[in-house]
Amino acid sequence: MNILSILVADNISGEVLEGFATGSVSVQAITLFAIVIGAIFVNNVVLSQFLGICPFLGVSSKVETSLGMGMAVTFVMALASVVTWLIQTYILVPFGIAYMQTITFILVIAALVQMVEIVLKKVSPALYQALGIFLPLITTNCAVLGVAIIAIQKNFDLLTGVIYAVAMAIGFALALVLLAGIRERLETEDTPEAMRGVPIALITAGLLAMAFMGFANVVPLP
Amino acid sequence: MSKLQIITKGIIKNNPTFVLVLGMCPTLGVTSSAINGMGMGVATMAVLIMSNIVISLIKNLIPDKVRIPAFIVVIASFVTIIEMLMQAYVPSLYASLGVFIPLIVVNCIILGRAEAFASKNGVVDSALDGIGIGLGFTLSLTAIGMVREALGSGSIFGLSFADSGMPLLFILAPGGFLVLGYLMVLFNKVAKR
Repeated sequence: MNILSILVADNISGEVLEGFATGSVSVQAITLFAIVIGAIFVNNVVLSQFLGICPFLGVSSKVETSLGMGMAVTFVMALASVVTWLIQTYILVPFGIAYMQTITFILVIAALVQMVEIVLKKVSPALYQALGIFLPLITTNCAVLGVAIIAIQKNFDLLTGVIYAVAMAIGFALALVLLAGIRERLETEDTPEAMRGVPIALITAGLLAMAFMGFANVVPLP
Repeated sequence: MSKLQIITKGIIKNNPTFVLVLGMCPTLGVTSSAINGMGMGVATMAVLIMSNIVISLIKNLIPDKVRIPAFIVVIASFVTIIEMLMQAYVPSLYASLGVFIPLIVVNCIILGRAEAFASKNGVVDSALDGIGIGLGFTLSLTAIGMVREALGSGSIFGLSFADSGMPLLFILAPGGFLVLGYLMVLFNKVAKR
């Protein structure tokens, strides 16, 4: 079995393997584990799939704000993957209108973000204070729509799809916080004038992406 | 502002990639070869021109409060049309651009031009603005694609000039960031003065 042999090769989880042998860890659990690690590190949503670059460059000048953005994206992405999966499975496919996917998904995500904003404001003002300003930005965050579409294309079931979306969002938050940490330091450095701002951030992101290439082949791609 | 100026403004002064820094996801995601970059540029330009025309036509009918969702529906309709056309007539390009075709709908360039230009100007000017910005986007993506393809796989538009020994890194993810970063430095040095 492919996943098993790779786990052995990289020696990343003897315990999981043992559990697998004795039957206490199911095949599904191992597949989910591979999907999570793959989505966070190997196929990182920003650094290898190029989704969500705008917030990645726009909100990464301070670690604190990038953490808030990361949390807001995780929240919305998890919700959006549930709703889009339900719509795809119970409305678009049965009625044979799968070509309406793009229009439906973007409207659903936009409505969802609005609703999350209203509900948060009412239910948890503290959380709204922390995430509120990022929510309107998320509607045009292509990572949310992109991950929803990719999860449908990969034919995940609902649980796998949600886990995949959350893992992708964690990968997004990780990349964002890493870049913010580096950019905070860069601010005090004497950068050449033509490189200030976006260019140096892109070059830094390139180096980060190179570092993330080291994770290739750790787990099979989900 | 003359008609020609509207077009040229989109290519240099308001260049969507290097000056406005909008639509970065497709800019990085599909430019591993020149032809992919150009295909994405042309597809985006088609959507941009059509949505600019329609939005400038219906701008007086849309209540101000719901204008953003209305713009998004117009844009998404044209993206769906382009998606189906590409699937039918250029299946190989459709396959290599993948998820980035439906994602044209969240390309901030298109919504940005709808909001900043088409909702305030006439039909002809809006169409010209779409052509200008679209050309700027297409040229930028083609340039990035050409550099990455030349450095990474030793060819330009599929015409090979080196068989092996090229650093594959440039057509992989890090190369996208690095090439765009350095091209932006070059653009800042040359075009902004």
